[in-house]
Amino acid sequence: MANLNDHMGRPIVAVTGIGVVTSLGVGKADNWAALTAGKSGIHPITRFPVDHLNTRISGMVDFLPSSSKGASLLTYDLAEIAAQEAIAEAGLNSGDFGGPLFLASPPVELDWSERFSLYNSDKDNIGAERLLRVARGLKELDIFETTQFGSIADRLADRFGTRGLPITLSTACASGATSIQLGVEAIRRGECDRALSIGADGSATAEALIRFSLLSALSTHNDIPEKASKPFSKDRDGFVLAEGSGALVLESLEAALARGATVLGILRGCGEKADDFHRTRSKPDGSPAIAAVRAALADAGLSEGEIDYVNAHGTSTPENDKMEHLSLSTVFGERIGSMPISSNKSMIGHTLSAAGAVEAAFSLMTMRESVIPPTINYDNPDPAMVLDVVPNKKRNAEVGTVLSNSFGFGGQNTCLVMAREPV
Amino acid sequence: MSPHHVVITGIGLVSSLGEGPDAHWRKLVQPGLEPVLDAARFPPYTVHPLPEIDWNLQIAKRGDQRQMETWQRLGTYAAGMALDDAGIKGNDELCTTMDMVVAAGGGERDETVDADILAASESRNDRDVLLNEKLTTELRPTLFLAQLSNLLAGNISIVHKVTGSSRTFMGEEGAGVAAVETAAARIRSGQSTHILVGGAFQTEHSDMLLGYELAGYLHRGPWKPVWQRQGAEGGGVVTGSGGAFLVLEQREHAISRGRKIYAELGPVLSGRARRRQGELDAGIAALLRQAALPNGELLAISGASGAHAATAAEKSALDANPAIAARGFSTLTGHMKEAQFPFAVALAALAVEHKAAYPVFDAANEKPFNGIPRTVLATAIGYHQFEGVALVNAA
Repeated sequence: MANLNDHMGRPIVAVTGIGVVTSLGVGKADNWAALTAGKSGIHPITRFPVDHLNTRISGMVDFLPSSSKGASLLTYDLAEIAAQEAIAEAGLNSGDFGGPLFLASPPVELDWSERFSLYNSDKDNIGAERLLRVARGLKELDIFETTQFGSIADRLADRFGTRGLPITLSTACASGATSIQLGVEAIRRGECDRALSIGADGSATAEALIRFSLLSALSTHNDIPEKASKPFSKDRDGFVLAEGSGALVLESLEAALARGATVLGILRGCGEKADDFHRTRSKPDGSPAIAAVRAALADAGLSEGEIDYVNAHGTSTPENDKMEHLSLSTVFGERIGSMPISSNKSMIGHTLSAAGAVEAAFSLMTMRESVIPPTINYDNPDPAMVLDVVPNKKRNAEVGTVLSNSFGFGGQNTCLVMAREPV
Repeated sequence: MSPHHVVITGIGLVSSLGEGPDAHWRKLVQPGLEPVLDAARFPPYTVHPLPEIDWNLQIAKRGDQRQMETWQRLGTYAAGMALDDAGIKGNDELCTTMDMVVAAGGGERDETVDADILAASESRNDRDVLLNEKLTTELRPTLFLAQLSNLLAGNISIVHKVTGSSRTFMGEEGAGVAAVETAAARIRSGQSTHILVGGAFQTEHSDMLLGYELAGYLHRGPWKPVWQRQGAEGGGVVTGSGGAFLVLEQREHAISRGRKIYAELGPVLSGRARRRQGELDAGIAALLRQAALPNGELLAISGASGAHAATAAEKSALDANPAIAARGFSTLTGHMKEAQFPFAVALAALAVEHKAAYPVFDAANEKPFNGIPRTVLATAIGYHQFEGVALVNAA
C-alpha cells in the first residue's frame, strides 16, 4: 500500500495528464521530439508587419486557425488543446471533468483590430466617445467577451465541465506555476480530488511586443531567429516573446490510484516569495528568489542535495539569468557547477503566462523519459556563471526530482518541485 | 484537525463617499444620504467619482506614485489603509510573512495616444504599420507596468512590504469572490495565518466604461437607485471608483497579538451559473441555501450592479425570503467591479461590529431592519458572469 500522504500529512498530489502546445507544435510527442533534438521554434514574425520594430522574431504559435484572430481567441484555443490532451491522457471524461479550473492567462484588452473596425464604422464624435457610442449599439457579445477577464475560463469551464467558479490568475511570468500551485493547494485542503491547471498565452500582439521592447526586455538578434534565445550565454540580450500552453490534470494520489490511473509524476512542493525591490528588477542579493526556492524545497520535504535537475526560468535576459544563477548558487552551494540546469526557453522562447505550466510539463517528461532537453545556443558561455546547462545536446540521465523556477515582473517568484515517484 | 476561524482585523475603503471604514460607516448610517455623482464628464453616463485623496498618506515616495496610474495608486492606498487598521503596516515580521490575493482587472491605457491612432486610422489603410509607428514612438515605456494586472499586487509589495506571497486573480466580480474565498480557505486549513485581500476599480477612464458598454451594460439618462433601473435607458450599471481591502487573519493569530476583531468571516460560497441556459435564479438560490442562513431577520449587503438581468434575479431571490432586509450599496457608491465583493464583506463587517444596520438606501425597494445584526449576508452577483455570497458573523 503506497503512502498517500506527504511528510506534512497532506494528500500527495499526482499528475495524471499532461498537455502542451508551443511554437514547436501541438502535443507532447511533437514537442518532445523537437525539444530533445535541440530544435528551435523561434522564427520571423509574419502575423503583423514589423516596420519600425526593433525585434522582428518570436515564438508565436502561427499554425492554429485562431492564430490570426486575436489574443483572446488564440489563448482560448491554446488552453483548450492542451487541456484536451491532458484530460484524455488522464482517462477522464472531457465533458465532465469534475474538479476546479485554475487558468493562468494574460490580461485581456480590446484588440486593435476591433478598435479600428469599431471606430471606423462611424463618423460622428472622435476618440473614446465614438467608441463608446458604437459599442452600445453592438448586437453581439463576441467583442465584449474578449474584454472580460473571466471569459476564457468561463468558456473552458463549459467545455470541460469543471466545477464551480473558475479562477483566472496572473502572476506575470510566474502565472503558469501559480495555476499549478493553486491546484495543489486545493487538493491538499481536501476541497477536491482533482484539479485542472492550465497556463495559456496567445497574446503576442504588436502592442505586447512593443511594450516589452520599450522596456528593453527583448532580444534584437533578428538575423538568425533560432539563435536569438541564449540563456546563460555571455552575449544574451533579452528574451524572445512566445506563445504556448501547458495543462496538467492534478489528482490526489489516493484518487488516482483508486481509479487505476497512470501516475505520470508527483507535484511535491510549491514555494513562493514576493520581491519588494522594484517593478521589473530583482533585489540585488537575490533573497526573494532564494527564499522561493527554499520554500519549495521545504514544502516538498527535500534537501538541496535531493534535487537532480533544475528546469531554469532562464529567460536569456542579462538580469534574469544573473539573478537566477546567484540564487541557485546560494541555495545549492558548490554543487551548482555540476548539477544539470537547462532552459527550455532557449528553444521555445518565453511563453509568459504559460511558461510555468509548459515548463512543468517538460519537467515531468524529463523525468519520465530520462532525457534532459538541452540549453541550445550555448556557444559563448558567460564566464560569470559556471553552470552545467546541458549545452546544445540532450543528455540521457536518470532524473528523480526537478526544481522548476518561474520569476516575473512585479516581484513574482514561484518554484515547483516535482518528483518521478511518490516518495 | 478542526479548521481555524477566519476573522477580519483590518479594513481599507475608498469610494466617492470618502475614505476609511469610520468615514464610510458615519456616512452610510445617515438616513437619506445622497450619492456623489458626476454626470458631466462621460455623458450619457453617470459615475461616482473618487474623492480628493492625499496619496502621500499611504504612498510615501513620490517616485512610487509616479510609477502608477490612478487604479494602482487607489488599490495601494486602500491596501495600506487596511494594513494600518490591522496594526500590520511597518511591522516587518508580519509583512514579510503575510500572504496576498488581489482581485484585478487592467490598468489605464494612454487615452491620448489611442485617440491619436484612431484618428489617423481614418485616413490610412496600412493600420498595422500605423500602429507600430505610433506605439513605438508615443508610448511611455513604464506605462506598461501601470497597466499590468499583477502590478497592483507588485506595488503593494514595494510600498507596503507585503511579501509572503502575491497572487492576482482576474475576472470582474468573480475575481473578488474567488480572492476572498481562497484567502479564507487558506486560513481555515492552516496554509496561512494572515492575508491581505481586496481590489480596486478606477472607472474615470473611457476604457473602463467601454469594458461594460461593449455589451450595453451601462445605465444612461438620469441617475436612479440600483433597484430602480429596470426598463430605463441603457443596461442598468452605474459605475464608481473605489477600493476595498481586508486583512483576514486566523483567530488565534489575531488574539495573540491583541488586535481588535471586526467580525468573523463565515462561509464564502462561489458559483458559475450558466446564465444562457437560465441557471442564474437557481444558482443564486443554491448559494443562499448552501450558506445556511440563520433564522430570523437578516441584513444583506448586496453588491447588485444594476445590470438588468442579474439584478432582477438577485432581487427576486432576496425578496423570496421575507426575513432578508437588503441594502444595495451600489446606489451610493456605484459598481466597483473587482472590488465589489470585498467592499460588500467590509460593509457587512462594519454593521456587525457596530451592532447596527444601515438605514434603507432606497426606501421604495428596501425595508427597515431594526434588530442587532449578528450575522450579515454579503453578495456579489456578477453583472455578466460569476456569483458569490458570504456570511459575516459577530466576532
